[in-house]
Amino acid sequence: MDTALKQGFATKDIVYIALFAALTAALGLMPPIHFAGAALPPITAQSLGVMLAGAVLGSKRGGLALLLFIALVAVGLPLLSGGRGGFGVLVGTSGGFLLAWPFCAALIGWLIERDSDASAVKTGIYVAIGGIALMYAAGIPWMAFIGKLGLTKSLTIMVAYIPGDLVKVVLATIIARGLRRAFPTL
Amino acid sequence: MLDLYSPGHSPLHRMRPSLKMGALMVGATLLMINQSLPITVAAALAILALYPLAQLTLKQAFAQVRPLLWIFVLFFAVQWYFSGLTLATYVVLRLAALILLASLVTLTTRSSDMIDTMTRALRLLRPLGVNPAKVSLAISLALRFIPVLAQIMTEVREAQKARGLERSVIAVAMPMAIRAIKMADDISDAIDSRGYRS
Repeated sequence: MDTALKQGFATKDIVYIALFAALTAALGLMPPIHFAGAALPPITAQSLGVMLAGAVLGSKRGGLALLLFIALVAVGLPLLSGGRGGFGVLVGTSGGFLLAWPFCAALIGWLIERDSDASAVKTGIYVAIGGIALMYAAGIPWMAFIGKLGLTKSLTIMVAYIPGDLVKVVLATIIARGLRRAFPTL
Repeated sequence: MLDLYSPGHSPLHRMRPSLKMGALMVGATLLMINQSLPITVAAALAILALYPLAQLTLKQAFAQVRPLLWIFVLFFAVQWYFSGLTLATYVVLRLAALILLASLVTLTTRSSDMIDTMTRALRLLRPLGVNPAKVSLAISLALRFIPVLAQIMTEVREAQKARGLERSVIAVAMPMAIRAIKMADDISDAIDSRGYRS
């Protein structure tokens, strides 16, 4: 793997990176769940793409897949759920979450790579560390800063997202483990 | 197709994408550093004035902030309650100005031009081991995969519906993921067998 990286990625790696960037975009086509009268960013399926990229592809390819996705959003493609896109979203209130995505995927991948025969529960914990803990750690202070909201208020808002994210962690864990069984050479 | 670009021939349309992105970064940073409400008001109005200059309507400008309108209302209410009217106005106006400025770049630049600019900028990263040709391949593949994945999802859903399983998330997601990986493997073999080297 190390020598492969020095020579650059193989074609298969590039295709996988593109696939998971596209998967995150395709997950945005699912109707977002609005709550509290659409007063807050909706719960979307897209962070499932982040968790899957990290858990299936590993740190380097998973991180790059999300980096590619964020770059495509930044150049103005409406790939975020609800057809949002462009620089505007990245500097907006949820920008911290979005910019954290590549790092979240990389962290999940790194944790799973270190412990390749982890149990389902352990894999789930790894996914949650990157997909919830790191994502919130980056997104909440950003939201508090941009909106001058204060950390406690931002934290209170985010509690509403935790149940949905836990469901996504379970889904990502089941799918990633299934994929690894179907394609051991991933 | 999927592009937020709004066609036109204004000076902003003709400006080089790299210059526009640079200006956006500087503008956004200045907006974040600035703490005074009058300057924020002036900046927001100035950015709004750029819209007609770029042959964009004020309706288009409003369409950029509309998805965030509820967040604005929430932020405004929270700030007003905790910190007073001045700070509430400042925070919401600054956010609106940032989004209007960023959208201006998006609306006046074709995604393809932006991707070209990024690919060219990536050449600077070549010493770090970044291969611009491979990045371009990844970009084109990703854009092509989005409708294909949507198609796969529809097919799997219909197949599972026939089995009465359309409500089970795993019964749809698992075959979809496996088919997607299988497709990626086939495509990468096809690219390699055509002698792709970069």
